[in-house]
Amino acid sequence: MNLAVRDVRYNIGRFLLTAVGLGLLLMIVMGMGGIYAGIVADATLLVDQVESDLWIVQRDTRGPFAELSRLPSSVEDRARAVPGVADARRFVTHTIQRNHRGKPLRMTIVGLAWPGDRGAWLPITAGRSLAQGHYEIVADQTLGLAVGDRLKLGKDEYRVVGIVNNMLSSGGDGIAFMTVSDAQAVQFDAVGEATRLERAARRNRAGQDDLGLVQPGLLERASRPASAIPALGPPMVSAVLVTLKPGVDADEVRATMEGWADATVYTSDEQRELLLRGPVDRARRQIGLFRVLLVAISAIIMSLILYTMTLDKLHDIALLKLMGARDRMILGLVMQEAFLLGAIAYVLAYFIGERLFPFFPRRVIVTGDMLIWLAIAVAVICIIGSSLGIWKAMRIQPNEVLS
Amino acid sequence: MTAHSPTSLTSPPAIETVGLTKVYGSGNTEVVALRDVSMTIERGEVVALLGPSGSGKSTLLSAIGLINPPTRGEIRIDGQVVMNGSRALVDVQRFRREKLGFVFQKSNLIPFLTALENVLVALAIAGREGRSARRRAMDLLASLGIADRARNLPSALSGGQQQRVAIARALANRPSLLLADEPTAALDSKLGRQVMELFRDVGHENRAGVLVVTHDQRALDVFDRSLRLEDGVLSEHAGSGATTLTSTHST
Ligand SMILES: Nc1ncnc2c1ncn2[C@@H]1O[C@H](COP(=O)(O)OP(=O)(O)OP(=O)(O)O)[C@@H](O)[C@H]1O
Ligand SMILES: [Mg+2]
Repeated sequence: MNLAVRDVRYNIGRFLLTAVGLGLLLMIVMGMGGIYAGIVADATLLVDQVESDLWIVQRDTRGPFAELSRLPSSVEDRARAVPGVADARRFVTHTIQRNHRGKPLRMTIVGLAWPGDRGAWLPITAGRSLAQGHYEIVADQTLGLAVGDRLKLGKDEYRVVGIVNNMLSSGGDGIAFMTVSDAQAVQFDAVGEATRLERAARRNRAGQDDLGLVQPGLLERASRPASAIPALGPPMVSAVLVTLKPGVDADEVRATMEGWADATVYTSDEQRELLLRGPVDRARRQIGLFRVLLVAISAIIMSLILYTMTLDKLHDIALLKLMGARDRMILGLVMQEAFLLGAIAYVLAYFIGERLFPFFPRRVIVTGDMLIWLAIAVAVICIIGSSLGIWKAMRIQPNEVLS
Repeated sequence: MTAHSPTSLTSPPAIETVGLTKVYGSGNTEVVALRDVSMTIERGEVVALLGPSGSGKSTLLSAIGLINPPTRGEIRIDGQVVMNGSRALVDVQRFRREKLGFVFQKSNLIPFLTALENVLVALAIAGREGRSARRRAMDLLASLGIADRARNLPSALSGGQQQRVAIARALANRPSLLLADEPTAALDSKLGRQVMELFRDVGHENRAGVLVVTHDQRALDVFDRSLRLEDGVLSEHAGSGATTLTSTHST
């Protein structure tokens, strides 16, 4: 005869209510773990997806994801010249916030090195990748844009040609992909007055400079766009991505590039590490710590519930002992009920979470590992919680029934 | 004293105590609840235990029931020494489930089990499950007149019905000794008498020793014999002796 099942049936209302409560608690633990995993995954997504072996960034900076990194785009050509390098491409990223249809639209722009990189590697869910060198955008779905939408950025209008899934910056903003030159145009867009002032200042500087006096032609060029003035250098990029030829020793290539005065080189793994230790570090640690607390508190609450559940049955347990019941029978009653409660709560947590997490503004990734880990934790808590009760139950004297 | 029952010639007494003494506490708070209590109850003998409040009746019952060990003295059940002083000489749990049955003032049924299941759980504890156990439980309930309430939870039974389920449970494993502590205190006198008669009948039919603590002087004629405790000292109750001894043979 199974006593646990009969006891549960007798107290079914209270039992289910407790299970639902515990289920919600476990769901939050699960969600907190998922949010943590989501932050890490989102932060490293771009680095993981973009498929490059080395990242060349501004000297002594930690790369475009951690801080502002500006590198002359000529580094791209320099990198191509290093033996062992298969390909090098420019990488531009910056975050902007504009109004779109009356609502603030915050997005991180990533420039692709057209025509070598058209974004074929992107996980496109609708539309296509870039097909022309200008005025096209592939946008993350979290930006709420649709294929065919038009967007005015700077002086130009851009058209959304493709939608991607789960491409977020480390700050959690959706990414918009466009060509590097478009990205630079958006980044360095300045209002007309600012441009006029900048050009006047340039002419002024050149007029006082030896170079300006010796080569009057330069003075004339000072009024043209910055890209047309060789002495001032071409626009900056955020980083240069290097792909190595198969079998090439990355350290050797890296040593060569480290000799350049304006660059620092990271491998993809290092860039990934820097990301996790850099901008998302605090968020990650904050949520990690909160998760630990949540697990500890949940464990205590669950143990207490299981303990009081056993205390409620002490009288019946004493009676069973008086009738000569073996310890195994009493152990079975307490343990089976604990595990039944744990199992129902766990299943509830899983299904509620599955329904609820997609509505969260950021990704909640519940992995198989996490589910197994949580199941083990619940089982251990069931054992600990009911052990406390059993310890009490086993010490109870049958004469307590008499009183 | 053992000569009154023919069964005693072939089987040992259901219970025998020798010099049983129980002391609660020590020093200033010391209470001697039992003083040198020696007695014998044969199998098939139904005995009442009388005495004023605080005289040690419950203490004696719980000592015999291996619930509350005595300070000194010896307890023999079915001829086997089970307690010597406060030391148990047998597996107490096993002895309880195989030899002893308990009934208390409150019925003490397990609330989440039906009447039938409350009896079945006693059988299961003794390792008896399946259809034969079920039949035994139903037979017991039927013999106590509550077969029709077998599927009810205790909360749906009257006090008398609950007490009868508790008796069925106590009898399930055919104990050699049935102990009852004021089993009729919660019942009216008519029902109380019925329950007492039930004890007598099952004692005689199952050849079990039965010891019932009671305050109800009116039901004394039901018993074969009665004992009296006063300040922890046991004596044969006056007026119960020879007349009831003969009644044993009537069944
Ligand atoms: N656990 C205990 N600790 C200390 N003293 C106790 C304990 N149990 C009982 N006593 C004392 O032992 C004596 C006998 O108690 P017992 O319960 O056996 O009396 P009783 O005859 O059953 O009384 P009642 O008719 O009121 O049930 C009393 O003086 C009581 O105070
Ligand atoms: Mg008493």
